[in-house]
Amino acid sequence: MAGLTVLVTGVTRYIGSALAGRLAEHPGVDRVIGVDAALPEPAARVRMRDAEFARADIRNPLIFRVIEAAGVDTVVHASASSTPTGAAARSMAKEMNVLGTMQLLAACQRSASVRNLIVRSTADVYGGSSRDPAVATEESEARAVPSTGSARDAIDIEGYVRGFGRRRPDVRVAVPRFSSIIGPTVRTPLTRYFSMAPFVPIVAGHDARMQLVHELDAVALIEHLVLGDFAGIVNVAGDGAMTIAQAIHRAGRIPLPIPSPALDVVGRAARLLRLGAFSATQVRSLTAGRVLDTSRLREQVGFRPQFTTTAAFDDFVGRLHPALDPRTVRAAEVRLAAVLGVGAEPDGVWHSPADSAGVARPAIRTEGAEVTEVAGVAARPRLFSIKGDADASARARPAGRRK
Amino acid sequence: MNGGSETGPKPLPDVGPAADNGSVQQTEAGWKRGLAGSLAFLRRRLTGEYEVDDFGYDADFTEHVLVPPLRLLYEKWFRVDALSIENIPDTGGALLVANHSGTVAVDALMAALAVHDHHPAHRPLRMLGADLVFDTPVLGPLARRAGNTLACNEDAERLLTSGEVVSVFPEGFKGVGKPFSQRYKLQRFGRGGFVSAAVRTRVPIIPCAIVGAEEIYPMIANIKPLARAFGLPYFPVTPTFPLLGPLGAIPLPSKWLIEFGEPIPTDHLPEGAAEDPMVVFNLADRVRETIQQSLYRLLLRRGHPFLG
Repeated sequence: MAGLTVLVTGVTRYIGSALAGRLAEHPGVDRVIGVDAALPEPAARVRMRDAEFARADIRNPLIFRVIEAAGVDTVVHASASSTPTGAAARSMAKEMNVLGTMQLLAACQRSASVRNLIVRSTADVYGGSSRDPAVATEESEARAVPSTGSARDAIDIEGYVRGFGRRRPDVRVAVPRFSSIIGPTVRTPLTRYFSMAPFVPIVAGHDARMQLVHELDAVALIEHLVLGDFAGIVNVAGDGAMTIAQAIHRAGRIPLPIPSPALDVVGRAARLLRLGAFSATQVRSLTAGRVLDTSRLREQVGFRPQFTTTAAFDDFVGRLHPALDPRTVRAAEVRLAAVLGVGAEPDGVWHSPADSAGVARPAIRTEGAEVTEVAGVAARPRLFSIKGDADASARARPAGRRK
Repeated sequence: MNGGSETGPKPLPDVGPAADNGSVQQTEAGWKRGLAGSLAFLRRRLTGEYEVDDFGYDADFTEHVLVPPLRLLYEKWFRVDALSIENIPDTGGALLVANHSGTVAVDALMAALAVHDHHPAHRPLRMLGADLVFDTPVLGPLARRAGNTLACNEDAERLLTSGEVVSVFPEGFKGVGKPFSQRYKLQRFGRGGFVSAAVRTRVPIIPCAIVGAEEIYPMIANIKPLARAFGLPYFPVTPTFPLLGPLGAIPLPSKWLIEFGEPIPTDHLPEGAAEDPMVVFNLADRVRETIQQSLYRLLLRRGHPFLG
């Protein structure tokens, strides 16, 4: 079987670059071309390893020429649906997300070589109002369809992908719907939100559930989809759930309840006074409580995330400096108990003497090790060019494939 | 978090009829343990060291913050008697169907506490509530923490399949918001969605009759324009509310009886019975009739609403 030729979009970001790097290492993949409108920064280049890079905006028909020239058979659209802040960034993101996806799909539809298409989507499509069931399956539809924002974009994008699937029934289309991705490396609005210290604003009177996926699980799952044969929509989330306020406490921060109407004013004031910027829209969007049913992920796709929601969050928190250290809290408890003349209770979760060992944190903190290992080799990505491509890649490949 | 000082660990030591000396020592030990428990609870809140399930149920919070004041209300104020509670199975899914009354849904909380405290397996009762509850700030997250979720078939079936005891009040707002003159008359039972959920997941239906809730806030009138203005299903006028202002929020101390009826099995029904409206309506009628008969019987047994 001839190996795959994979095109990965959005390689300036963590998911795209890490995925491109992993695929480039895989024996079942011949060639990986990462595309993005901007040049990847050094860390992303390192993560891309042997993958080639083509500077192309997916909103530009040039992307079709890249697909044609390389004979791409698998397209991974990993860059869609980031959640930007601010109105200008918002319209920019809509352009990138929706129009970029449309252009990419148009190119894929025209290309005879494309066999597989994987489009990253988000769990935002489920809405998450109080009228929605607590747990969403792939068949669930939001009772209140959001009319703006990234959720709307994601719904539109999925609509175009469905249309593509109808016009090209010979192409396998997989759409993973990710809950928020978190981890020590990714930088998203959510990680910035939890990095505020010592207070993190929440909407007063609300505390919704949320679910997270670890960045390594996200990359591993997309790789699994590229190499597997699953077609359709699949929910992706780490097991379990936590609430926003709980997560803020776990991050060693203190939730600051602000009434919803005052959020905009407080947000602007905080920015003016340089007390830390937050977006009222983002804080409000966190009131949508949503948990995904991941039985399809485990049973049909055959993928089990290594990190639970809590483990993924704790892994992310490991790089933060806690404003309120749990050890300080524990020490205060012990001291107070001594003053009152009572013995402090043992540390840990309350109800589980049996499973207090809990989720052993998977030992996959190898990201740093890899970086140091490859740093010398891939300071600069191998460039993909449409002209004279055969030569370049023929020359580059033996050097690149050290297997 | 309110009630920080009264949040002891749940199994309060039974202050048995021991010798005076020993009993004093026991209460002191219990008091100390309670204090240590409260401190540990506060620490867990501050560090986020607790778990919530997919529906947002937070056992730690429920146990230490919600249950203690409800237990006081249950034991001292309403003097609730839980009857035939062994009809709820120790394990596996079961659907509790109860009558709904009392202007404010205190009856749901008391039923949950009855199962939590007096059932041998101390099972948490997962209630299904109206979307209005989950829309309301403060109340919504609190309801989720207590293990409740939206009354819809998806959530009900998911909970039943995972082996939880789920309670449902098919009368909904028609039941809680009915005038005092119609007390203990069951209202219409919705569209029977609860029956199809039980049939589809093959769990028994346990009819549950609650007597006593009707008298806590006797609703003598309903100011509809105000209800509309506040977006509420009704705006109650009781003998004490709004006349006495906040004092009107104190429920009248009626005597309560909660009876859990014989389980009605659904696992003998053929495949696809949930899709047969005749089966569903018949079963719903049977449940409704059982609860109504139990209500009449319990009313006779209780006698005086406040002294009984």
